[in-house]
Amino acid sequence: MVIVLLIFFFLFRSGIALFKDISLKDFLFGKNWFPVSSNPQYGILPLVAGSLLVTAGAIIISVPIGVGCAIYISQVAGPKTRTGLKIIIEFLSAIPSVVLGFLGMVVLSMLVKNAFSLSTGFTALTGSILVSLMALPTIVSIADDAINALPKEYNEASLALGATKWETIRYVLVPAASSGIIAGIMLGIGRAIGETMTVMMVTGNAAKITGNILSPARTMTATIAAEMGDTVRNGTHYNALFAVGIVLLLMSTAINIIADYVVSRSKKEAQ
Amino acid sequence: MKKIALLLALVMAASVALIGCGKDTPTNKDNNSGSVEQNENNGVDFSKLVEIKGSDTMVNLGQLWAEQFMDKNPEAQLAVTGGGSGTGIAAIINGTADIAQSSRQIKDKEMEEAKANSFELKEFVVGRDGIAIAVNKDNPIEALTLEQLKDIFTGKITNWKEIDGNDEKIVIMSRESNSGTYVFFKEFVLKDEEYATSALLMPSNQAIVEGLKQDTSGIGYIGLAYANDEIKVIPVKKDDNSEGVMPSLETINAGDYPVSRPLFLYTAGDPDGVVKLYMDFIMGQEGQGIVEEIGFIPVK
Repeated sequence: MVIVLLIFFFLFRSGIALFKDISLKDFLFGKNWFPVSSNPQYGILPLVAGSLLVTAGAIIISVPIGVGCAIYISQVAGPKTRTGLKIIIEFLSAIPSVVLGFLGMVVLSMLVKNAFSLSTGFTALTGSILVSLMALPTIVSIADDAINALPKEYNEASLALGATKWETIRYVLVPAASSGIIAGIMLGIGRAIGETMTVMMVTGNAAKITGNILSPARTMTATIAAEMGDTVRNGTHYNALFAVGIVLLLMSTAINIIADYVVSRSKKEAQ
Repeated sequence: MKKIALLLALVMAASVALIGCGKDTPTNKDNNSGSVEQNENNGVDFSKLVEIKGSDTMVNLGQLWAEQFMDKNPEAQLAVTGGGSGTGIAAIINGTADIAQSSRQIKDKEMEEAKANSFELKEFVVGRDGIAIAVNKDNPIEALTLEQLKDIFTGKITNWKEIDGNDEKIVIMSRESNSGTYVFFKEFVLKDEEYATSALLMPSNQAIVEGLKQDTSGIGYIGLAYANDEIKVIPVKKDDNSEGVMPSLETINAGDYPVSRPLFLYTAGDPDGVVKLYMDFIMGQEGQGIVEEIGFIPVK
């Protein structure tokens, strides 16, 4: 708890200093991120848009696959398949993000480029696909545990009442384990929004506001990582990156609070 | 659990306090180590690690220099890392590097920031480099003028067919803003206008080469040392009426190739000790030979 507070304190101390030089409005609603221009502009909108785009894409890809995988592993697969799949999924989480990013740069970006006949394969979607791979292990293992933790009686009672295997999963097991599954999804989203290295290598990093997942995007994390090295301590640019960090922290905190709320509400409903 | 957290907090607070007190500029040398090593270089202290940071374009050059220098002076310890010219200059101002390698000249603002930390940065020109304009191998374009380059990179020209190329949208590949090449290109070719916001910002010269290899509609700029036959380097014309010139040692030396620039090293204050030895080595015959070996143009 003390450490968390210290993190907040240091982040805010450096971030707030930005507003001596730049107005809060220009920072939050500015459409241009030109930090090293002769007339610097620190508008965070394109970066927020980039982060949201990549994360949203990752959620759309990883949630159905992840939850489906968890159900399959815990309910359908035989013991041998189960062990095999578990090993594969655990291996996924062991791949360093730099390696994944490099593979994305040389292999996946080509595939994306050709699949959609784009001018470049460095797009938000390329980042989304890789990040969803990284969020999968989190989602699968937590959802799997949640389903496995249910009392055996649920399953047996449902089958005894004449429900099919699919009906049991769909109407009994998944609703009962929903809080655990949602917690897994939320942690996966947290993983996706915070991913840095992989995203920096494959999204093209163009700071342009776009809603199109097939165009390049620049995320907040990649911006901090790419630019932090060449800023002078306590300069405007340095403070601006800390301010970006604050926004990022607030976003992931918000996700956590929403997750907690959803989980506690579904627990209440279950009672 | 609480106890551990408290302990950690204490450690953090203590380390912050230490960092706060230890405002160490690279200029003030305190030889309290006592183990000053004597050798033929009349008593230079080799016990200190020399940190060299900066330009990505120059990182191979710096590494080769450091290797050869350490072959000659086995006790010397040099560490060379890249990351971008801006990164190197920021590091020397922040006191975390002894030498900054930069492919662009330092800005007045950075000079002032160093003065605010109470030391002067000394500048050395150690070589020259041409910036090659590269496209995909299958791109039929034959040459570009400086004017066309500016229009492409600022986003005025968006399709290759506007300059007699294929009917394809142009994909701009630039370096990240911490790169000296990015800054030099912006000042020299773009006349300080902004890059198009659609430009992809790539983390390294090599990433641009990778991107151009697979992207038929891409265009990027790279340090001459990174040009290879997997991509197509195109000649640059000063204006419509002049001949296109390919970047090479000869054309850059003769001043014919329009997009070239000096390469710099910066030290905090006047070099002394190991740093001075190293600078003498770089400006000497051997060091300048390495400049040529890597593919840059020596200054001596």
